[in-house]
Amino acid sequence: MTPARRISVFLSRFSWARLILLLTAPLFWLGAVYIVALAALLVTALWTVDSFTGEVRIEWTFDNIVDVVTGALYQTVTLRTIGVALLVTVVDILIALPIAFFMAKVAGPRLQRILVVAVLMPLWASYLVKAYAWRSVLSEGGVWASVVEPFGGQTPGYGLPAVVLTLAYLWLPYVILPIYAGLERVPNSLLEASGDLGAKTWRTIVSVVLPMLKPAIIAASIFSFSLSLGDYITVNIVGGASQMLGNLVYTNVGAANNLPLAAAIALIPISIMIVYLAAARRSGALENL
Amino acid sequence: MRNTASRRSAIFAALAIVSTTALLTACGTASGPGGDDGGLPTELGDFEGSVSILAWPGYVEDGSNDPAVDWVSGFEDETGCMVDAQAYGTSDEAVNLVRSGGYDVVAASGDATLRLIAAGDVAAVNTDLIPSYDGVFDFLKEQEWNSVDGQSYGVPHGYGANLLLYNTEVVNPAPTSWDVVFDGASAYSGKITAYDSPIYIADAAVYLMAHQPELGIENPYALDEEQFQAAVDLLKAQREHVGEYWSDYLKEIQAFQTGDSVAGTTWQVIQNVLEGEGATTAVVLPEEGATGWSDTWMITSDAENPNCAYAWLDWIASPEVNAQATAYFGEAPSSEAACDFRDDCEAYHAGDEEYASQIWYWTTPIADCVDGRTDVECVDYAAWTEAWSEIKG
Amino acid sequence: MRLSSTARAVLATVTTLVLAVIYLPLGVVLVNSFSTSTTLTWPPPGFTLEWWGRAFRNVGALEAIGTSVQIALGATAISLVLGTLVAIALQRYRFFGRDVVSLLVILPIALPGIVTGIALNNFFRTIIDVRLGIFTIIVAHATFCIVTVFNNVIARLRRTGTSLEEASADLGAGIWTTFRLVTFPQLRSALLAGGLLAFALSFDEIIVTTFTAGSGVTTLPIWIFENLFRPNQAPIVSVIAVMLVAVSVVPIWLAQRLAGADQAQH
Repeated sequence: MTPARRISVFLSRFSWARLILLLTAPLFWLGAVYIVALAALLVTALWTVDSFTGEVRIEWTFDNIVDVVTGALYQTVTLRTIGVALLVTVVDILIALPIAFFMAKVAGPRLQRILVVAVLMPLWASYLVKAYAWRSVLSEGGVWASVVEPFGGQTPGYGLPAVVLTLAYLWLPYVILPIYAGLERVPNSLLEASGDLGAKTWRTIVSVVLPMLKPAIIAASIFSFSLSLGDYITVNIVGGASQMLGNLVYTNVGAANNLPLAAAIALIPISIMIVYLAAARRSGALENL
Repeated sequence: MRNTASRRSAIFAALAIVSTTALLTACGTASGPGGDDGGLPTELGDFEGSVSILAWPGYVEDGSNDPAVDWVSGFEDETGCMVDAQAYGTSDEAVNLVRSGGYDVVAASGDATLRLIAAGDVAAVNTDLIPSYDGVFDFLKEQEWNSVDGQSYGVPHGYGANLLLYNTEVVNPAPTSWDVVFDGASAYSGKITAYDSPIYIADAAVYLMAHQPELGIENPYALDEEQFQAAVDLLKAQREHVGEYWSDYLKEIQAFQTGDSVAGTTWQVIQNVLEGEGATTAVVLPEEGATGWSDTWMITSDAENPNCAYAWLDWIASPEVNAQATAYFGEAPSSEAACDFRDDCEAYHAGDEEYASQIWYWTTPIADCVDGRTDVECVDYAAWTEAWSEIKG
Repeated sequence: MRLSSTARAVLATVTTLVLAVIYLPLGVVLVNSFSTSTTLTWPPPGFTLEWWGRAFRNVGALEAIGTSVQIALGATAISLVLGTLVAIALQRYRFFGRDVVSLLVILPIALPGIVTGIALNNFFRTIIDVRLGIFTIIVAHATFCIVTVFNNVIARLRRTGTSLEEASADLGAGIWTTFRLVTFPQLRSALLAGGLLAFALSFDEIIVTTFTAGSGVTTLPIWIFENLFRPNQAPIVSVIAVMLVAVSVVPIWLAQRLAGADQAQH
């Protein structure tokens, strides 16, 4: 018996051995690199910075965390950021649902393939290029203005609405894809059965499709919500004078060289995401991600 | 115009000794520049064959972006030092990157230099080993952002003022004061722009120096608690009228072209581009004076290639190269001789001491007031940063 | 599903409209790549082919594309291996801590990029003291790309079930043979889809990259970032973006065809 064969027999006999073989590498990677890095960052939040040389000093203190929890600035910015992230997510899901439905259930196989390509293609035009393109679109006298001005509208200009719009645009493909995949899993026969039982189209969508789609929608929302939560580049380009949590973290790492405070601020999006993930897990979305 | 505080100097001297000793130890076994009692190298050794440089985008061009823009290949051919360059976006990022190590040379603005010197991140430089240093404008030498106690920490590169840019069709009459972006900002509400950095607080301080003399501000980078608060309040009031803050110049150029912004701080190069694109804008150095920058090429204290680093400092300060580099970035060159290789020196007021004296060059605010006051503590850069986040809200 | 023709028409219209909005900014980029304005102003004052010519001669951009491809390939390869392993483990076995593992896989993509970025930056520099460079970027990217492969593979495993693998084992095939001849072919298109998404994610990543790239490593997004702020370079950036979108059709289309062929088989 060759050694490979022997290992194979051993592995097929003991499922725990197979499991260990499967999990060692990924767990080492995620645990030893990512979790250690995160933990180290959180510990840093309890340290302080020498204000003269700007170097991190190991001096245990809760000051940073207290500052972040009680500071009015952080509260306003946190609320603003959550608001933007939620709006982006809602907008994306509302747009993604009909288009994903059309792709999965109405379009023929050929059109379906073309549509998937069409949705994926913009992903390859750089993030920055797209954000700057939106800057052009939304400027005074830009494309948006020239389209809506004849009807008495005007461009929203630079500010939070522009941030929501641009972020929703940037993450849309990431939201369409999981929802489309989720819809593909809904068997056509089920929809037909619903129709045969006399349900109207809307009724079928609301009582059959949406409940089955819920995990996919939640999974998609994790992308758009978390990507928006940490963004600081788009808000710089189209956000006018506004700032979000990402900017505060970035400023404190970059400008102030205050990693401890940045780490303390980073705790805000981390806790928000953990709550979000916990809620998502309860709904079974993570199983279906 | 500016005095140096003796107390601050003493601290820096102490730090300088610490850092140069560190350099000495580091070079102890290497074939680096030989040092003697002062800790400064007195002669150069063999070139190491490579040099790692950290600089503003556009400072180290090797032709890869535009074959016509190349002042690195000549250096590599002449010295055999292969250049490995990285660009940074803000002064603060530069400070961080230097601390992460691995760089031999850094081009830093005055709002970064003192921080680097204080933390011992950069080493004192023996300018005798840099022949091009002689030609550098005197008013750029031994300034508080590039020297401590007469000991130079680098070679001046280019300089410029943060001017007032305005749309000539909208802003009437033509402004001569910063008033248009501060107390008079409501006239152009939503279309005011400002530089997105804590150092912009100094712009407010320059304005207050002229308009609220009772605050007694002597130097916009040395603000005590009360003066600082006044500047912050001014900026918070300005915030109501700000359309957007800018940090990269494409953003400001676009905003002035489309009319999204009509007045705010700028760099000369932005106006040059706008003029080239046919925009209706103009710049002015307001009567209150202005902040500005003077960049310095420095050598890090843990440089692995000090000889190539010295060679680069000399190369980049030589008139033709300096002219090429500063023209490409859009700032005044550091020497009169460089103007022979540029035809736009006038636009940048290069060498005009009268013009240069109206500029308060970026300097890192530290607790020991840089204006020489010893009876109060000044607000340091960490607090400036915090306040800046709060101003933006 | 039997949709009324009105419903179909409404859906088709919405889809068309959304696609129009998706392509509107890309259209702006396309037009800008021919514009005589160096600062991407709208509307363009005139048109020129200069930028296209210069983009092809731009060594910096081509090198940056090379670096990005290298990093994306590395990160994709790692995430293909790790993502598949985790997916098989989670789908085929029930064990204590299963939920924690699945959370661990999702966490790097669920936490904002800036958090991942500063955490890894701090880890590389102060904890294990490695010099930042291509290697550190690959590690960082692989960490958050695992999830895309994982998602696709686990969905496929769920659909295919274990009957074929069991049959293979019953017929005497060893564990490797079964993987090679039964499991892997079933996963192929899922791996392709997951890998493609991982590649795209890595290729366009800027926030984490900023914090994990050291001196001298210029990925395409970093190159774009630097060049947007340089005189006379912004239109070249537009050209590069247009070219990327155009070139990307090929791999996406191929992946789609393969996936389609696979589905037809099953």
